[in-house]
Amino acid sequence: MFRYILRRLLQMVLAFFGTTLIVYALMFAGQGDPIQALAGERPVTEAQRAYLTEKYHLDATGVGGFFYRYFDYVRSLLQGDLGQSLTGRQIGDILQAAWPVTVKLALIALAVAIIFGVTAGVVAGIRRASIFDNSTLVLTLLVLGIPTIVLAPLAQYFLGVKWQLFPPTAGSEPTFYALLLPGIVLGSLSLATALRLTRTSVAENLRADYVRTARSKGLVKRRIVTVHVLRNSLIPVVTFLGVELGNLMSGAIITEGVFNIPGVGFNLFRGIRTEDGPLVVGIVSVLVVVYLVSNLVVDVLYAVLDPRIRYE
Amino acid sequence: MRVRRLAAWTALPLAVTLGLAACGSGGDGGSGGSDSSAVSIQIAEPQHLVPTNTTETSGSQVLAGLFSPLVDYDAQNQPYEVAAESVTSSDNKVWTIKLKDGYTFHNGEKVTSEDYVNAWNYGAYAPNGQGGSYFFEKIAGYEDLQGDKPKAREMSGLKKVDDLTFQVTLSAPYIDFKTMLGYNAFYPLPDAAFSAPGVLKDSYEQAPIGQGPFKMKGAWQHDSKIDVERYDAYPGEKPKVKDVEFRVYQQLSAAYADVLGDNLDVLPTIPTESLSNAPTDLGDRYKTSPMSSFQFLAFPTFDKNFSNPDVRKAISMAIDRDEITKSVFKGSQDPARSFVSPVLPGYRENTAGAAGEFNPTEAKKLYQAAGGPSKIVISYNGDGGHKDWVDATANQLKANLGVDVVGSAEPKFADLLTKVEKKQSVGMFRLGWVMDYPSMEDYLGPLYTTNGSSNYYGYSNPEFDKLVKEGSAAATQDEAIKKYQQAEDILAKDMPVIPLRFGENVFGHSSKVKNVEMDLFQRVNLVKIEAAG
Repeated sequence: MFRYILRRLLQMVLAFFGTTLIVYALMFAGQGDPIQALAGERPVTEAQRAYLTEKYHLDATGVGGFFYRYFDYVRSLLQGDLGQSLTGRQIGDILQAAWPVTVKLALIALAVAIIFGVTAGVVAGIRRASIFDNSTLVLTLLVLGIPTIVLAPLAQYFLGVKWQLFPPTAGSEPTFYALLLPGIVLGSLSLATALRLTRTSVAENLRADYVRTARSKGLVKRRIVTVHVLRNSLIPVVTFLGVELGNLMSGAIITEGVFNIPGVGFNLFRGIRTEDGPLVVGIVSVLVVVYLVSNLVVDVLYAVLDPRIRYE
Repeated sequence: MRVRRLAAWTALPLAVTLGLAACGSGGDGGSGGSDSSAVSIQIAEPQHLVPTNTTETSGSQVLAGLFSPLVDYDAQNQPYEVAAESVTSSDNKVWTIKLKDGYTFHNGEKVTSEDYVNAWNYGAYAPNGQGGSYFFEKIAGYEDLQGDKPKAREMSGLKKVDDLTFQVTLSAPYIDFKTMLGYNAFYPLPDAAFSAPGVLKDSYEQAPIGQGPFKMKGAWQHDSKIDVERYDAYPGEKPKVKDVEFRVYQQLSAAYADVLGDNLDVLPTIPTESLSNAPTDLGDRYKTSPMSSFQFLAFPTFDKNFSNPDVRKAISMAIDRDEITKSVFKGSQDPARSFVSPVLPGYRENTAGAAGEFNPTEAKKLYQAAGGPSKIVISYNGDGGHKDWVDATANQLKANLGVDVVGSAEPKFADLLTKVEKKQSVGMFRLGWVMDYPSMEDYLGPLYTTNGSSNYYGYSNPEFDKLVKEGSAAATQDEAIKKYQQAEDILAKDMPVIPLRFGENVFGHSSKVKNVEMDLFQRVNLVKIEAAG
């Protein structure tokens, strides 16, 4: 078990550097004129251009220039320095400010997905073809059909501005309450998927042999459902939620924009818009770590849920 | 069984670590104060807060609270002294600036003429890479501070006379120098800003010390907010509110929702998608005021299709500006038929003459007689919300000139400029301009002179250059304006660009504030704004 985790952790180091290389290469290839991008539509003075070009080695182009800049980046990365964004801010500081709020938002979204999605999924799975099952089907299809870019402003307008149940935006140091609405919006898509997955899985397992055996043994229904069926039904759901945690963190660009939460999505968007290579690479690298770790957690959780799965 | 339990214990800490990282810098924000005289204003994250390095609106808005300019502009957009006692010159070349006594920096330092001289030298010194350095290029000795290894650290044209007086020698007479001084690049810097002569402390930008009506309350909270509070020792006009929070928004639509919910007090720019609802949503809290932006279409001179001025005039006549400002911009911009903004002293209506009037029949006749191209491309940057009006313009031209017209989007403004610089075919392309200070020269110089910083299309007319030069060297404002106007008349003849629209500030505020005013530079007047009730 420990060997397994250790091996996975070592693989992560490789994956991490591989990703930085790829992302750095992509940003490098797609780079137009970051100095003009930063200045917007204002003319850039020659002194300003010369200063920024020298500071960020923007004159190093071509394959040689790429490796020069990449190794320069990795060298400072190994010293714990993520570099500076084009406006002169330390990227480490940017990430430090951005991550906590994004993680909080993602966890709220995940909690919403688990609490409502899994519970409703179990109920729908047990009472197949009931009114509850059918209405959740319609609702989840509806939610799956509405993209966040529509859902988020609608929720903000009705719940935040019109009926004033929630603050319209969350800001940078939000209370739990202020994050609730964006969390629900962000989590609604995962909620719908988790609900469908749980429902199918529970419905299938209820017909399995071991359930029939348990029932014939005279076990009460509650115990059959909570201990036997639920545990076996959760395997696909856990897989989904583990990957979803990464998705929730990286994919919150729209939600963070609508509710003005200066998290990772916002910085990623800005980094791409201003062609800020180091900023994008920094954020994506951390995202990769999140994905890797959450996948590891999922793999380990498999063993908890299903004793037949063993890791050497 | 054992393996399973073990696995559970391993998974748990991992999950907890992930979770706990989330709760790192928690804390209850509870934005907004209990003090009733606090207001919040929307900004974007400023790029810089060093006066000589701030060239965008958000940074300029914050600095306008922290600093007091030498001159400001009155209702006619003529400069009047604020932090300066007087700004005088007998020949428009050697200017004497006398400071008002009694101004102090927020750290208690007395403001002296040296603070201006040091700040300007810092701004002009090329290795400092300051974005506003070009403001100093008219001062004698500016060239010596340029290049990789500049010859000097100080401009020879700046001389301290006494504690409250300094002398600025320009390399050539310039009538609008006093007008220029209202820009934020000309603010002073305290001694505390420098770690050594000419070297700015890194930490200065995080909590700038100025001499204006407000001082920083804590440091700049990146991507979040900048809090300032009233500076009681400020000798000028006292602000009516005690605290101002500049709140950073990534999207205007989020800020708009907050204004509707009274969660934010002032939104300086109403997002385009809300323009049609805003007057009903906000009622009398929806406001407009003049602003200096100017949108136009330019013709690259390397494109021979457009080399005949009659072709350009015909295209201009085939565009119904009134219709586009009404239907696309919901009246938030005004049709432009002149080459400089209406906010300027010396502006005349309709200087483009017949070419500015919508006249489809004449346009078609002229276009065919001049042999205009059978296909026109209008290039624009796709990230600036220009698609709607470009498409509308293309449709008008198609209908009125009977030729094929298409809009072509480049991903970013920089991509558009690169194409123009490489002389690739872009057809006509859109450009915009916002002034730095209210002078006709600030439009005519950068946009239309041969070496103008924003003259990307390569227009060049020696006669025009000469008139602008004579205007800026004129002895009196009246003479200068006369020369500038003559220069503008040449533009009407040559039609190097097609004027399209002049901008307006379209802003809104919550029900918790009143007396919200905005200036020509898209900044909220922080001294006038008041808490309501």
